[in-house]
Amino acid sequence: MKKKGRLYEVLLSIPSMGWLVIFFVIPTVLVIAMAFRAADPYGGIGEGWTLESIRDLGNPNYPAIIWRTIWLSVVSTAICIVAAIPVSYHIARLRKKIQDIILLLVIVPFWINFLIRIFAWKVFLHPEGLFKHLLVILHIADSDTLLLYRPGAVLVVIVYSYLPFAIMPIYASAEKFNYNLIEAAMDLGASRITAFLKIFIPGIRQGLLTAFVIVFIPALGSYIVPDIVGGPGSEMIGSKIAQRTFVDRNLPHASALSAILALAVIVPAGLSMTRQLFKNRKTMGI
Amino acid sequence: MYATAAVLFFFYLPIIIVIGQSFNSSRFGGSWKGFTLNWYVKLFTDRNIWHALTNTLLIAASSTLLAVILGTLAAWVLYKYKSRIQVAHNVIIYLPLVLPDILMGISLLLFFVALKVTLGLFTIFIAHVTFSLSYVAMVVYGRFQDFDYSILEAARDLGATWNQAVRKVLIPYLLPGIAAGGLLAFTLSLDDFVITFFVSGPDSTTLPLYIYSMMRHGSPAVINALSVILVLFTFIVVISSKKLGEGKK
Repeated sequence: MKKKGRLYEVLLSIPSMGWLVIFFVIPTVLVIAMAFRAADPYGGIGEGWTLESIRDLGNPNYPAIIWRTIWLSVVSTAICIVAAIPVSYHIARLRKKIQDIILLLVIVPFWINFLIRIFAWKVFLHPEGLFKHLLVILHIADSDTLLLYRPGAVLVVIVYSYLPFAIMPIYASAEKFNYNLIEAAMDLGASRITAFLKIFIPGIRQGLLTAFVIVFIPALGSYIVPDIVGGPGSEMIGSKIAQRTFVDRNLPHASALSAILALAVIVPAGLSMTRQLFKNRKTMGI
Repeated sequence: MYATAAVLFFFYLPIIIVIGQSFNSSRFGGSWKGFTLNWYVKLFTDRNIWHALTNTLLIAASSTLLAVILGTLAAWVLYKYKSRIQVAHNVIIYLPLVLPDILMGISLLLFFVALKVTLGLFTIFIAHVTFSLSYVAMVVYGRFQDFDYSILEAARDLGATWNQAVRKVLIPYLLPGIAAGGLLAFTLSLDDFVITFFVSGPDSTTLPLYIYSMMRHGSPAVINALSVILVLFTFIVVISSKKLGEGKK
């Protein structure tokens, strides 16, 4: 009976596991392998093995791009989280019916196509746009200040794209938080700010962690945002991968860059997952 | 309070600007040059858009169907068995959710190039099933969290065959989860640009790909008009699904 159960388990796991092994695991491993292959002149993958693509990573442009990718991702994640905390706190304290309406208002814009949303920013920040005119009239900017095509624009649009993904998990934690604790702390003499920092923030720790992961990782891989609202001085790793793939048609170089991005994401994700698995193992008794 | 209002303002501001610009007769936006419906006329007479829309819907429907089947099965196996295999199973379902899109795009492109598969609708379909599967599995697995396995055993004790128990007890119980997972897969497929861009071929333009090429080469004003139509469509879908949900309660 036990053996039969095992057989069923394997048979039932094959469709989904098989699909993901073939179309996800193997291609991901392939990216790393392809970084060591030669490029062929027709934009495919040539014969033989070489370290040329790896050596190309020493390209003097790359450190600047990698650095920019990291700071843009870190800063945008930080802004998203810092903005999401008061918003989530506020929503969680409203009446349930109003909570639902505001949450819907938060989500709806993000069901609109991603490209359209980014394009909307391009229209908004356009050198001939309304906002620019307004800034010029208010003497905040002069007529040749460029709002688009710079890292600042990329930062704003990344924040815009991922802020709801920060609000949702933080709100989910804030909603479960017991607000009597804050009152208790204040009764015991804590100031409002101390109570907020020492009681509320640790109380929503899980939400903050989730928010960090789901904003930071996609931000690291951003490609469309710098492509549409950024200029030559705001390229990120993602833009370079796309450029190597579509413009230079050098797949091994694109692979080498992707391998770096993959390692930057998989290593921390893998570590946190194994830690969790070990925790679960104890409770699941495997 | 102010923070929430400011954030909502931030979310809707660019959308409002686009709606305004779509009626502006100035081709590149900027100053107001008078009201026009010209861009909407141009939009509806553009045959490429309809072709792209057909491709998009075709891929979304077919990839959702397969992803729902594979994802639901995966959720069932994850729920039923707690062995080492399932630990690995769980990890490879979870990983695509956390990796940036661009990595899945480039890795599938390399995979298809290495196997000399012609890029086109078929490769887009494969890619969409791959990223949707994990989402469906996670949503349906969530529904399993409160499932009481003894209901199935009770059905069996009362004389139902396995087949009947699954069809009449398990599937109806899971249906809200399967529907939610399917809806998510469908939306993700409609919306996806990055992965599709990597694995698409010459004659497999989807709506997001077409929008992108219009942004690069076409008239921005026509995209404004298209955006308004899509925004309107999104609002109608959200509000009607909300109303339907309330009606059921």
